[in-house]
Amino acid sequence: MTRIHLSKRAVGVKAHGLLLLMLGVAMLLHSSCKRQSGTDQSFFPASNEVAGWAKTGEIRTFEAADLWKYIDGEAERYLKDGARRVSTTDYKFHNKVDATADIYTMGSAEGAEKIFKSEPAVDVKPIQMGDEARLSSQSLVFCKGAYLVRIVAFEESAETQQVLLQLGHGIELRLVR
Amino acid sequence: MGELMIVMDSTGRRRFLKKCLAGVLLGTSGRMGLLAAGEQGASLAKSRVVIARDALLRGAGTTVDSRRMLSLLDCAMQALFDRDNPIEAWKKLVRPGETVGLKVNALGGRGFSSNLQLVEAICERLQEAGIRANDIVVWDRDTDELEHAGFHVSTGGNSVQCFGTDRVDYEPDLVTHGSVGSRLSKILTQRCNVLINVPVLKDHDGAGVSVALKNMYGVIHNPNKYHPNGCNPYIADLNMLPEIRTTMRLTICDATTASYEGGPGYKPEYSWKNNALIVSQDPVALDYTGWQIIEHKRVEKGLKTLEADGRAPHYIATAADAQHRLGTNDPRRIAVVEV
Repeated sequence: MTRIHLSKRAVGVKAHGLLLLMLGVAMLLHSSCKRQSGTDQSFFPASNEVAGWAKTGEIRTFEAADLWKYIDGEAERYLKDGARRVSTTDYKFHNKVDATADIYTMGSAEGAEKIFKSEPAVDVKPIQMGDEARLSSQSLVFCKGAYLVRIVAFEESAETQQVLLQLGHGIELRLVR
Repeated sequence: MGELMIVMDSTGRRRFLKKCLAGVLLGTSGRMGLLAAGEQGASLAKSRVVIARDALLRGAGTTVDSRRMLSLLDCAMQALFDRDNPIEAWKKLVRPGETVGLKVNALGGRGFSSNLQLVEAICERLQEAGIRANDIVVWDRDTDELEHAGFHVSTGGNSVQCFGTDRVDYEPDLVTHGSVGSRLSKILTQRCNVLINVPVLKDHDGAGVSVALKNMYGVIHNPNKYHPNGCNPYIADLNMLPEIRTTMRLTICDATTASYEGGPGYKPEYSWKNNALIVSQDPVALDYTGWQIIEHKRVEKGLKTLEADGRAPHYIATAADAQHRLGTNDPRRIAVVEV
């Protein structure tokens, strides 16, 4: 009965508390969501911002604690070198080349460089992009500051490398040191 | 396989298999499938690992040709079960009325997940062997990952089912063996009484390689807990769980595209078009064989061996040891048949 006969002030305080609680829960859900919005979203060029490339997927972000959900088996290596999160999305070039772009946000430039250098330079050629970069027939990897970017194409064609470079430059321009 | 006659008469086929077996590269008795165990003599015979190749699997393009994939699968299954007809081979494995789960690997996304044409071919042959379409479940941990890998999600109706554990959840209770304590996918525990493992041949940063046994990380809720120490003894302990061990009848490893470095994620620069399937009822022998294939590729590419790189897959020996006996890692007891 006591709870029924609450004063207006008590009701107001309770409602305020409930609102705060709901806000807290919403923030908690938001922070653990796979498809959250975040600053990394702005690193991905929109459709046709890079000529011919359409962004075909939503941006998914995996925080450090959930990195294994995206790269199970490799997450430990990234975490060891200070990975904070990865954001990923899909692109398509003129219905010819499909690609996935991953942007890893590391804790420092050293962390990004360590991951980059830990991968052997087999069947790849070094190129000028970011701090360091390498290109293969179907992939482009580069680091810039605390970011490591990996773009993987699923089709190999005469133009794949060229268009990967164009998309890579589009991302590079958006990365803030 | 491009030059191999898929359909042989009985004498020709036996002569062919005899020739293959005479040229055995590696050599066991592993755990045989439920239906095959009696005939093959699980404790005496070598474990047969069939490597089926087709250099023309993709024709002139990059996509696997469905018709050639079906032929390649038939070739592998006939060689494994020593049968003239692919349906007869499948009937050695499954019976009408059984519910069959195809545990694929969709973690690698579109470029590096279990091949769609392979899964379609398996489903086709299972149905021809008497399994109803809706008694077949193609599954992995996450529905979104399956879709992203190109699988068509299907729940209900009379078609082959395809969805992730996220749709049905994990069992509420932990099951344990040795170092492992996990909740199992309800797809495994409630939707299938036969498990066919369809992994991808991969290098693995933690385990060294990821082939058959490691693919079972996708049936539990906490795989991220089992990566220390090269996933050893976690992989072996996990595969000891009765729910896995008693339902697993066959591994059909998709080695059409394989990786020798940088795994388990897809990195095209460290992958190659291998155009092969590796099939066995002994997952340890299959993993051992897959490991050797990856090592050969690493040598060819001028990389250190996994051992020298500090990443030898020690979990394979653990899976074969006296405490596990999941199969054999003794090359003298593995019969590799190349077709």
